[in-house]
Amino acid sequence: MHDSLATEPTPAVEEALGASRPAARASAPPLISARGLTKRFDDFTAVDGIDFEVAPGEAFGFLGPNGAGKTSTMRMIGCTSPVSDGELRILDMDPRRQGPQIRSRLGVVPQQDTLDNELTVRENLLIYGRYFGLPREECARRADELLDFVQLADRGKDLVEPLSGGMKRRLTIARSLINEPSLMLLDEPTTGLDPQARHLLWDRLYRLKQRGVTLVLTTHYMDEAEQLCDRLVVMDKAKIVAEGSPQQLIQRYSTREVAEFRFLPGVQETLDGKLDGLASRIEKLPDRVLLYADDGEEVVMAARERGIHPEAVLVRRSTLEDVFLRLTGRSLVD
Amino acid sequence: MALRITPLFAFGSRRALRMIERNLLVYKHGWLMLFSGFFEPFFYLLSIGFGLGRLVGDVVGPGGQTIPYALFVAPALLAASSMNGAITESTFNFFFKLNYDKTFASILTTPMSPGDISLGELGWALIRGALYTIGFLVVMVLFGLARSPLILLTLPGALLIGFAFAAVGMAATSFMKTWQDFDLIQLVILPMFLFSGTFFPLDSLPEGLRIVVQLTPLYQGVDLLRGLTVGVIGPETVVHVAYLLVMGLVGLSIVSRRLDKLLLK
Ligand SMILES: Nc1ncnc2c1ncn2[C@@H]1O[C@H](COP(=O)(O)OP(=O)(O)O)[C@@H](O)[C@H]1O
Ligand SMILES: [Mg+2]
Repeated sequence: MHDSLATEPTPAVEEALGASRPAARASAPPLISARGLTKRFDDFTAVDGIDFEVAPGEAFGFLGPNGAGKTSTMRMIGCTSPVSDGELRILDMDPRRQGPQIRSRLGVVPQQDTLDNELTVRENLLIYGRYFGLPREECARRADELLDFVQLADRGKDLVEPLSGGMKRRLTIARSLINEPSLMLLDEPTTGLDPQARHLLWDRLYRLKQRGVTLVLTTHYMDEAEQLCDRLVVMDKAKIVAEGSPQQLIQRYSTREVAEFRFLPGVQETLDGKLDGLASRIEKLPDRVLLYADDGEEVVMAARERGIHPEAVLVRRSTLEDVFLRLTGRSLVD
Repeated sequence: MALRITPLFAFGSRRALRMIERNLLVYKHGWLMLFSGFFEPFFYLLSIGFGLGRLVGDVVGPGGQTIPYALFVAPALLAASSMNGAITESTFNFFFKLNYDKTFASILTTPMSPGDISLGELGWALIRGALYTIGFLVVMVLFGLARSPLILLTLPGALLIGFAFAAVGMAATSFMKTWQDFDLIQLVILPMFLFSGTFFPLDSLPEGLRIVVQLTPLYQGVDLLRGLTVGVIGPETVVHVAYLLVMGLVGLSIVSRRLDKLLLK
């Protein structure tokens, strides 16, 4: 499967080191390019003039809280929602005029499962292949292969309804692969799944990525973005507020480490000023205080010297969650 | 007319056939469901045609000949059920499927367009309509209501009625904003069902009303099928066919212009 795609560039090694990928972008034209992309519903602007490009072979993410405009953006890329304003090119085609041609090369995993509940697991794949105009034998061959790939081979004859959430999600991914897409669009692929189901799904997506399939995904989980994305944009209130690899974003907008202090109820409010100067940046959340510094242990020691004794102390590395907090003053998941 | 028909070619494509394929797959799981639509006209025929017919006796049919009431009412029931089936499918069900049914949302992410889906669903509704019509015709033959070989032409006739109503139903649906708007459709359909010469001859109506009734599409369908059933055809047959054909094509051309805009938000 995806023989034709295997020859496309695999994610570059420098990606892992946090560098952007100018090489790939210079050599191959982008699979998606958006300039001032805008989506309006009546007077409401859901996507407000965003710019981005996705290179072949890349795993590109939209990270943002609910309502940021991620789904609206994905639906425009998927050519099921007309662009209100701005420029959008996908696979070097114009979604306004070439929707069906573009869609024939996309694999779409929508935010909500849209499986055909009146059909069995295997039939879902068969008929989906037919919508793409594939011959029946080819649909059957690919369906069996894909059921193996998403570990649902033994459920082929079952109806869709009794499947678990994770299984439905895997089936949706299998379905989106039936046309051997050049570009996969995954809208919150693991939202609502338990940790085990999420890890299984991430593993499958990681394999696709290694085969050179270009992935575009949205998520409001920073761990998902860190696991899967070579590069991402942070979206908030219909706009892109930052862009880069996960490591770049953390370097740019946060410190290497964070010390988290938790206090007994009521104590945090009495601290006024005592923490000042301990760290390069301090965020006071309702239930804890975050102190940003390159060496978290140092902050903890300095605080002890000042006679501050939190109920609990945690020193950890900075994550995209911290980046989001810095950029917007809010948490990703509320 | 030429201007109106042209956009039809941009409406759907051969991909519409995939919708029929999907429906065949679905009905493989419960093919008995396929026959549900057969019973409506059949029960009407038993209760009204034969039950009520015993009280009514004979009536004046096409060409002035006297025919049993059951023979008078049977083709009208066929026309009415073709209309009802087409309207249910093309208004309420169609609106639901394209706006709320996730299955259809997922089909739209493939190369299939709203036009393909609509055309495919229309085709499927007509295929089912053909099955019901054949079933009903067999019943008519068994009850001795077949007088002329022309009765075979009621099959394409009933399909034409289904096509005309489904196309206009879809066009109307493309203007619908809320579920309440669908009550308006029932407000039009029900009186048409009762007064279009379905259950009693038109001459029992006052002159002015008669002309109004004759202009309704259901009357056109009823009179078409009734003539074919008893073997009386003439210029009015051509008028009926032309009326229904134009109605269907106008409906489709409206649908083709409004569908994408409405369904791709
Ligand atoms: N069809 C629609 N009509 C009106 N408003 C919409 C529609 N779809 C989305 N929105 C609004 O657009 C905003 C962005 O939504 P969405 O793109 O779904 O965000 P996300 O996927 O990031 O949660 C939300 O405020 C949502 O209510
Ligand atoms: Mg969303």
